[in-house]
Amino acid sequence: MIPKTESELAECVAGAQGALRIQGGGTRDIGVPVAGAVLSTAGLSDVSLYEPGALTVVAAAGTPLSEVEATLAAEGQRLAFEPMDHCGLLGGQGASTIGGVVAANVSGPRRIQGGACRDSLLGVRFVDGMGRVLKNGGRVMKNVTGYDLVKLMAGSWGTLGVLTEVSLKVQAVPEAMGCILVNGLSDVDAVSAMSAALGSPYDISGAAHAPSGVDGHPVTMIRVEGLETSVAYRAAKLTNLLAQFGGEVVVERDSMKVAAGWAWVRDVTLMQGGRGDVWRISVKPSEGPNVVAKLRETHPNISVLYDWGGGLVWVQVPQGTDVRAVEFAGHATLIRGSEKTRSILPVFQSESAPLAALSQGIREKFDPRGILNPGLMG
Amino acid sequence: MDMPTPNPEVLAKKAHIVARLKAVLPADAVIYEEAETRAYECDALTAYRCPPLAVVLPASTEEVVAILKVCHAETVPVVPRGAGTSLAGGSMPTADSVILGVARMTEVLEADFANRFIRVQTGRTNLSVSGAVEEQDFFYAPDPSSQLACAIAGNIAMNSGGAHCLKYGVTTNNLLGVTMVTMEGEVVEIGGAHLDAGGLDLLGVICGSEGQLGVVTEATLRILPKPEGARPVLMGFDSNEVAGQCVSDIIKSGILPVAIEFMDRPCIRATEAFAGAGYPDCEALLIVEVEGSDEEIDAQLERILTIARTHNPVGLRESTSADESARIWLGRKSAFGAMGQINDYMCLDGTIPVSQLPLVLRRIGEMSKDYGLDVGNVFHAGDGNMHPLILFDANKPGDLEKCEAFGADILRLCVEVGGCLTGEHGVGIEKRDLMVDQYLPEDLDIQMAVKDVFDPKWLLNPAKVFPLTASETRRMAAE
Repeated sequence: MIPKTESELAECVAGAQGALRIQGGGTRDIGVPVAGAVLSTAGLSDVSLYEPGALTVVAAAGTPLSEVEATLAAEGQRLAFEPMDHCGLLGGQGASTIGGVVAANVSGPRRIQGGACRDSLLGVRFVDGMGRVLKNGGRVMKNVTGYDLVKLMAGSWGTLGVLTEVSLKVQAVPEAMGCILVNGLSDVDAVSAMSAALGSPYDISGAAHAPSGVDGHPVTMIRVEGLETSVAYRAAKLTNLLAQFGGEVVVERDSMKVAAGWAWVRDVTLMQGGRGDVWRISVKPSEGPNVVAKLRETHPNISVLYDWGGGLVWVQVPQGTDVRAVEFAGHATLIRGSEKTRSILPVFQSESAPLAALSQGIREKFDPRGILNPGLMG
Repeated sequence: MDMPTPNPEVLAKKAHIVARLKAVLPADAVIYEEAETRAYECDALTAYRCPPLAVVLPASTEEVVAILKVCHAETVPVVPRGAGTSLAGGSMPTADSVILGVARMTEVLEADFANRFIRVQTGRTNLSVSGAVEEQDFFYAPDPSSQLACAIAGNIAMNSGGAHCLKYGVTTNNLLGVTMVTMEGEVVEIGGAHLDAGGLDLLGVICGSEGQLGVVTEATLRILPKPEGARPVLMGFDSNEVAGQCVSDIIKSGILPVAIEFMDRPCIRATEAFAGAGYPDCEALLIVEVEGSDEEIDAQLERILTIARTHNPVGLRESTSADESARIWLGRKSAFGAMGQINDYMCLDGTIPVSQLPLVLRRIGEMSKDYGLDVGNVFHAGDGNMHPLILFDANKPGDLEKCEAFGADILRLCVEVGGCLTGEHGVGIEKRDLMVDQYLPEDLDIQMAVKDVFDPKWLLNPAKVFPLTASETRRMAAE
């Protein structure tokens, strides 16, 4: 089903006799596999309002992400949260939609400075499991009118409602960017270096570490963005600050190279085309290297990429490996896994009993018939 | 302002309820004599008052659990209270309710600078969270103007903002985790020191739920390194339209100021008479503040001033020292006090798309004439969060009602132009009955359904946020 309007989509849901698989561009085959009729939002495609002077954009859920980004770029603006393209990692085809990005709360390296997708999301329209068209939030920057269901819808993976329209806060593309690279650090030292940078007043917009970078050696990346004066000033300050960690410090000021480097981090290029399951582990930054060290005890050759200053750890492990066998405070999500792995291991981390009961209670209110991507989140 | 009729059964068993609360709390943590409960009869929305049945002041999550179990068992409504600074009546009691005040829960539980978070008990004041980390050159970003007094518990309940949220976001963008006690007395841990939710983003729903879903006793907050410096620039314009256009041009230019504040002529005149900050006498005034090192600030201010000059400002004042910065902020910071000097006032906080600023200010001016009540506007222009201050005389019969009607018209206007009723103060009782102007019945129903999940008996702060008629069936089912 590819409805052309919000009301047609609402009719599709209201009239559904069984489970529905909600799809945007179909580029994110993540979660417990859902058997059901495909309901696509691709027919709802339109940037309906864009006010560059108010930093807001409103788009129908099926609008391709590339179209939203191109619209913003024409005015020198962008999405602050730097969403990743999952096609490379998951080997998918097609065009990611803005609704899909929101439903999965896809947030890239700039999350540490500009917030996650949910932080940029100002308002939503969606169709609940009964086929009711509902709205929450709006298109203004500050809004505490009633409960914030906007955050709830972000990252609900189509299990609470089918998004039909999203409004987002956007930001100006800064005139300059730079990347300070530190070569040769151990994971632990790299996280210390990133913490030092993130604890400095130099307004870091990206902090990542690859134990094995493009050339096979460890590289730590710190990004700064802003006016040319600021970038030059902060790059110099950070070069001094980061020298104490022992690695060779290099400043990259070629914008194209900086952008390419961060796209490499954002899209987890390191693990593209690889064999094995890919997990996304969310922890407090200092915990990242500990989790990896424990995983390496049994799997010495795993691929690893740290983002968010060490707080987001991407690992590629042999198929069927349960990274949660290692104990840590935080959570892990299986992003790339065979259908077999996804049916054996919980894709999303199990919640504590009281939390799970609340989540389940909410699902029953939003989708009493249990037809929207049932079971996708476990 | 209507409030539900107190439940006579609860009133009748006051002694029994107090005895049960005293059995689980230290003697000085239960207040029930009428002379003493009167101190809790209202919050910062002082127009409405009602002493509660009793007040409890727990010191720990365990004590909160014990209190809520008693109240749940006895079907007693509970009104959570931070520091009582709500302008929306968010912690206003009813006669049959127990006020649960977190004022004694002020401990810092953990401060982690490498991982950039602090965990506190939620009775701690906003400013003292920053105070606990400032020696290490960190701060907690959300800065509501009541930050000296307001508690983190209330900040979370209302998703409080502040002048600097243009750059740093509001409470929800800086909240990483909570320990929350449900009305049934169950402790739930949500989030933590990591950055995102593993399942549904319940933390996002709890923040801003006005104490209706649970009592948040501990919070993990993101802390940020302090900028090297900050400096404002003051600019005056001879029309609101031009000032509004200037705001829009600054935002579009790619510079992200930490604050863009706006004052209109009535407010400028009142603050000049009161504080003498030396503001130009003009139609509209902007204060734009940027952060960074000295050279970074210079570079940003130069851009901003270039933009401002294209709009023919009637005054431009760039700060070159801490003293000059303080003088630029002086008028803005004393605006509420200055208006209060003239008369009683009601402060609104509707938010509008920035592009609608000139239209909305013009309409407010027209309405001011129709109602015969003066209004001054001072607000966060960068994000469209307005703060019209309507002056009235509380001792003059009918003036409060007139003021409320005027306020309601302004808020409806905000919604009409694509904005919302409240940007940072919350709905409380103040804007409860206007919710139907922003949301359709089914939009309110799905929100209330969330409360059904967290608090099936509708005992937590039940008469707030939703129009009483809309929530009546649910509240009645509880009794």
